[in-house]
Parts: sequence; structure tokens; C-alpha cells
Amino acid sequence: MHNSIVLVKQVPDTSNISGKVMKDDGTVNRSKLAAIFNFEDKVALEFALQIKDTCGGKVTVVTMGPPRASDILRECLYMGADEAYLITDRKFAGADTLATSYVLSEAIKKIGNYSFVFAGRQAIDGDTAQVGPQTAEKLGIPQITYAEEIVDVTDNTVRVKKKIDGGYEILESRLPLMITVLKDAAQPRPFSAKRVMAYKGAKSLLELEKMAEGNSLLYSDKLVYEYRSRSLFIPTLTAEDLEIDFARCGVKGSPTKVYAIESVVLSGNDPERVENSKAGMNSLIDKLLEDRILG
Amino acid sequence: MPNFFSDNPDLQFHFNNADMREIVSLIEDDYAQAKEYNYAPVNYDDALENYRKVLEVTGDIAGNSIAPRAAGVDHDGASFANGHVTYADGTQKNIHELSQTDIMGLILPRKYGGLNFPFVYYMMSVEVLARADASLMNIYGLQDIGDTLRKFGTEDQCAEFLPRICTGQHTGAMVLTEPDAGSDLQAVKTHAYQNEAGQWFLRGMKRFITNGNAQVLLVLARSEAGTRDGRGLSLFVCGADETVVVRRIENKLGIHGSPTCELQFNDTPAQLVGTRRYGLIKYVLDLMFRARMGVSAQALGISQAAYEEALKYARERRQFGKTIYEIPMVSNMLIDMRVTLESNRSLLYSVAKLVDEKERMEDLIEKLKAAGKPSAEESARLKQLVKIANLLTPITKYTLSESANKITYDALQIHGGTGYMKEFHVEQLARDARITNIYEGTSQLQIVAASGGTLNDVLSGYFDECEARVYKGGFTKLADHLKEIRRLFVQSLKYVVEKKDVGFQEVASEDLVQMYSFVYIGYLLLAEAEIEPRKIFIANRYIVTSLANARKNAEAIRSELFGDLLHADRILQ
Repeated sequence: MHNSIVLVKQVPDTSNISGKVMKDDGTVNRSKLAAIFNFEDKVALEFALQIKDTCGGKVTVVTMGPPRASDILRECLYMGADEAYLITDRKFAGADTLATSYVLSEAIKKIGNYSFVFAGRQAIDGDTAQVGPQTAEKLGIPQITYAEEIVDVTDNTVRVKKKIDGGYEILESRLPLMITVLKDAAQPRPFSAKRVMAYKGAKSLLELEKMAEGNSLLYSDKLVYEYRSRSLFIPTLTAEDLEIDFARCGVKGSPTKVYAIESVVLSGNDPERVENSKAGMNSLIDKLLEDRILG
Repeated sequence: MPNFFSDNPDLQFHFNNADMREIVSLIEDDYAQAKEYNYAPVNYDDALENYRKVLEVTGDIAGNSIAPRAAGVDHDGASFANGHVTYADGTQKNIHELSQTDIMGLILPRKYGGLNFPFVYYMMSVEVLARADASLMNIYGLQDIGDTLRKFGTEDQCAEFLPRICTGQHTGAMVLTEPDAGSDLQAVKTHAYQNEAGQWFLRGMKRFITNGNAQVLLVLARSEAGTRDGRGLSLFVCGADETVVVRRIENKLGIHGSPTCELQFNDTPAQLVGTRRYGLIKYVLDLMFRARMGVSAQALGISQAAYEEALKYARERRQFGKTIYEIPMVSNMLIDMRVTLESNRSLLYSVAKLVDEKERMEDLIEKLKAAGKPSAEESARLKQLVKIANLLTPITKYTLSESANKITYDALQIHGGTGYMKEFHVEQLARDARITNIYEGTSQLQIVAASGGTLNDVLSGYFDECEARVYKGGFTKLADHLKEIRRLFVQSLKYVVEKKDVGFQEVASEDLVQMYSFVYIGYLLLAEAEIEPRKIFIANRYIVTSLANARKNAEAIRSELFGDLLHADRILQ
């Protein structure tokens, strides 16, 4: 039995960026872009589900984000996650990787009882690849990044194939362990129709509160009770629930400041044609020596 | 990220406008199953939400996983070695994903692991999947044999065979055809016999068996020694053990992903399904209702794919300084394709709903009888539904499969020489479409099947009602056209009946069935145009084209175009 916790993130669909979605300060206007499931996180969830398939245990998904991030939590339930937590609070807004990993690590501590923490290598909006490793640091557990495959698992250890430049290495670690995965490492399973039908109505605390606001006959406490009893409640953790240091959260806890953003167009020099002859080769070698690529 | 369900506005139109309230309530036992299964709907709206979401999931894997593998599946095909059939790599992945998605038992009862969906939504899933890979439908669609077991088999048989169909571990096959019993299933020879303990065994050869490598086989065999016709045939179910030998698979023009097997039964232990002697005359005919519809949905899926390819190509390909889309002759072909697609979809889902009504009525009567309650009213309604389904299911199969050939033909034509090349998907679609008007009964047999209802004018009451309706201003002309088509039909029918020439009638019945279907489809499209203004374009082109074709058909009959059948030998000498 191995329980896993999976970190997932809802991200703007950056595959369709046009001029309209860029703000004057060079950052992205997220409200103009469709929100999607960060693909590598879906792969991370697939890893966790495979561990569950082979070893048994429970898969718990965690996301930190605004209320609408519940959308991807429902998708996690459709794929097979047992439980999905929404970590949300205005105090968490504007967090950089340091503040994000702090909140996530506190949430993971609160959930507890896990052998694995999985995350995608990076999210397509920030591309930092820092949140996974920083979370591991704060939890005080070892980490293996750029995972391609879980080779085998015992009660206390795991061997993981990790991608490195020009090849791979196989690392062994004790458990618990943080693993970040690459997008080609596994194909996320499709949604199960049964789970889609069963969990399509799953709601977070905020969504239930909104329902109650719009209808004077409904009370959010009662709704939470009712949804929980039907296994349709998405547990929601706020700053208060986590009992954490507010100064380390959100904008306040984020030392990263965007200084400037510029559009960089990468370009190479014009190609040069080398004659396929002895003289041509000699001139190529001379040129490479000159540029200090050879010698 | 194409989603083959959500990206199709016409399919959405049919999903949104299908009034399935009564059918869903019947199939869900007034939503009683929700107490037992957390994925069963609690009311009608919840059920619709379920159907939509599951079709979205299906559309997603169809567009994003299955379609990208279709060329590979076509290239590799199913293979055969050492008595063993292996699906193409892509087919194996497709089956795995469909199983993960939990839809291999979409129409089967929940207690065996199925989703208990109505037939209409099953047809939508077939259309969506066939658009991605037509050959996959011949595996996915065989969950239908599970439905035959549900209806006619015992509880034990269901418990034995259905759960593994639902999980996708097992697939099914309808084992009917033999070398000398193709269209004429009454000639089936495969022998079924019992030992002293009453155990049945099967012995004989079967040919052209779609997915014959399946683990669950529904076999038509002769159980009554000395008989020669359909009344000596019974239906059996068996697992594929070592006594079932796949001798070879066929090398086919299209649907390469679907293995077509020759099977040998060497004293294979089997179980009788239902009652002896009912094999062909009841169970296979019932199966055929659904199988015809399945092939129709498959044909529609292929047609949709071909149309998409043609439209895309026409918009991209530039000749004479403009896209070929801008050339009227090309855009006219595209409009024809689109109108055919939409009118076919109206026919398919209207008839699918009819099949649903028929099946739910059968279930209801069964239930009433079991409870010792009267069911005369339901039986009368069922009788009427069966009569209409007997007419409209073959019309659907005929119309949609012939259209699939025409649409893929035109789609290839729009591609020009490029379309003839393997690099483009459209040639595969043209090959895949070709089987749809052959298997599960050729077009000619569909005409035979539909001619009874046509000659008896079984829809006349319904058409009277349609004619009596008042149509809004713009629709009056089209409504009048439909009246004219009907008048031509009645006139031609009279001519054929009065002629009392069986051969003439058989050939003329294709013209008659066509005219009859024009009226039926025409009224469907008029009703849709009242809901959705854009549909007036579809109704207009369909009805005007149909009027022209009806005049041609009526003229062919009136002038005895087929009178020269008498001289066939001299003409063909």
C-alpha cells in the first residue's frame, strides 16, 4: 500500500497566445485565455494511479488556485483520484514559487500519510520547474526530478528512471519521495464514464457557498454536509485551516519581482556552404579552429 | 484538440432536440437505480447531463487518440499467424482506451457493469467513433450481442458473458454467415446437437465473421435435424475455446482494423439462447434491427470524416488564383454533401428513437406480464412500432450506406489526383465506406425489407397528419413539394400494384422506397427548420432535389423502364 499526493495546476492555455492577451507590462492577461489542466501534472496523476493499480493505496490530488480550479479537480476525480483538495485563499494570490511551495508543503503535511508526492516537471505558464523541488525541500524529503518511469517499488524504497542529457540514470530512493515527471513519461488515462457521471456534481466549499448565496432556501453548512455524505465534496483548505504564517504567503511571501519582459527572437547567422572537397574540408576545419569549436 | 462530439453542431442539434423523456424514464425504472449506483441519474436532466458528458469523453478520445491512429491501423491491419489473430497495434490501444473509458458496455445493464444508455446515444457514440476509425466500430459495436443475451438469454448466461464485455476484456461476434449462406441465412448448415446429458455442441464452418476472433460468440446453427429452412435454426452462445479454430482472415479492400474470420467449430460446447427454432426468425431478426442501425451510424461517421477532409482541402487548395472552395462547381458539391449529411442524421436519430421506443415497450410488456398486469394497450403500441421500424430501419441502412459511398466518392473527387494517393486520408474513407452497403444486408436486401411497408403505405396516417399541419409562410412551398412527391408515390404505387408483375415490382420497389423515404425525411427537415432557421437551407435543397428525383422515379415506373427485364437473356447474351 502506498498513498500518493499529486500536485496539479490549472494554467492558461498558452498554445493560443495572440496580441490581445498580453498586457502592457508584458505579463499575460489570464482572464483572456482558456484555463486548462497543466499536461505534465496529468502525467503525474497517471503515475500515481499506476502506483495505486499495482500497490494499492489512495491517490489524493492537491491544487492551489482560484475557485475555478475546481474544474481540474473534477477531472482528476474522473481519471480515478480518490480525493481532491482545493487550497484557496485571497491571501495566497500572487504567490511566486517560494510562497506557493510553502503553502503546498503545509497542505501536504496536513493531509499526511503518503509515500509519494508527484508533480509535473513544470507548469506551462511559468516554466520555472521550481515548485516541486522547493516543496520537497520544505517537507524534508528526497526528490527525483525529470522522471520517465517508475522501475520498481518496495515497501520502503523506489527506483526511478530519470532523464539526463543524452541518456538516463536509474536512481534509488527511500520513501517518502517527491517525483516530478516529464510529459512523455506516460499517457494519462482517459476519463472513466462511470466516474464522470458519479462526480460531475462534485463541488468545493466556495462553489457550495455560491449556490447558497444565490438561493435563500439553501445553507452552505447543510450543503457541505449533504455533498460530503454523497462523496461529492471537494475539501477546501484556506489560510486559516492551514494555520500558517501569512507573511510567507501570496504577494507578501514572494521575493520574486518581474523586472522587465521582452520578446526575444532567436536567430542564427546565415548558413555557409562548404564544398565537398579536400579544400572545402580544410577551410571548414580552419573555421572551426578559429571559432574555438575545435582544438 | 478536436472533439468529434462537441465540434459537430449538427450532432449537437440532434442531441439538444431529442425528446427522450419517456424513453429515459422507462429505461431508468423511474430513476430507481440511482439508489444503488452513484453513476445512475436521479432525474431526466441529470440523465441528459450524463449522456452529454460521456459523449464528450467519447468525442475527445475519438478526435485526439483514435483518429490519429487510423492511418496506422489501416496500414498494419489485423494479422493472422499460427491460428491466432492479432489486432493492429493502434486497434489494441483503441480498445484499451475504450475500456478505460468504461463504454464497452454502454447499452448493457448496470448490474453487469454497463452504463444502461438508451439506443439513441449509443448510435451517437458509434457515429463519433466511426468518424475516427470505421473499423473500430466493428469491435465496439459488437457489444450489441450482449443486448441480445440480455433480452433472450438466461440470467446465468448474462452473468457469465456480460461483465467481461463491459470491462472490455472480452469482445463479441455474431456468427451467422457460411460459405453457402450469406444473404440467404435460411441455408445455414452448421450443426447443433445434444449429448445424452442435454449439453449442446456445435460443428461446422462459418465464413466472413466480423471479429470472429472474439471471446464471446453468438452462433446461428441448425438444431433441428432434417429441416432446411429458417425454422430449424436456433441461436447459441459459446466461449472461444480450443475447439473453435480461426482458419484464416480475409484480405479486404477496407476496414483493415477489423479482422474478418473463417471459423471452424469442432464439437464446441455451447448454450442454447432462448427457445429452439427461434434463432433466425426471432433473435437474429431482432439483432438485425440494431445491426442495420449500427452500420448506418458507421456510414454516417465515415461520411462526416470525408466531408471534413473535403471542406478543409477545398479551403486550402489554390488553383486559378483562388481556393477551389470558391469555384461554384466545388462549393455546390460541398453543399450537396452537407445537406445529405444533415438529412441522413435526421433520419438516423429519428429511427434510432423509434428503435428505443420499440425496445422499451418490449421491456415494459415483459415487466407487466411478470407482474401479472394487463398489457394489451402496450402490445398494440408495440405492434405499430415494429411495423414502422420494419420499414424505417432498412430505409436508414440503405440511405446512409449508399450516401457514404457517394460522399466519400465526391470528397475524393474534390481532392483531385491528390485524393487518389495514400498520403491523404480520403482514399481510406472511400475504401472503408464501400462495405457499409454490403454487410448486414446489401442495399438490395434493404429494399426488399422496406418494400413491404412501402407497398402497404404504413406511414399514410402519419403523412396525412403532416399534410394537415399549417406551415409558416416560407415553408408552404416546400410542404407543397412534399405533397407532390407523395402524390407521385401514390400514383406510382398504384401503377406497380395494378401491373401484378412480381419481377417488375421487385425492381420498381427501389424507386418506390426512395420516394417514400423522401417524404419521411422531408417532413423531418421541415420540423427542424421550424426550430432552427438555418435548417431551412437544408430542407430546401433536400426537398427540391427529392422532388426532381421523385419525378424521375415516377417517370421510370410509368414508362416501364424495366419492362425489358423480360428480355434479360437477349440483352446480356
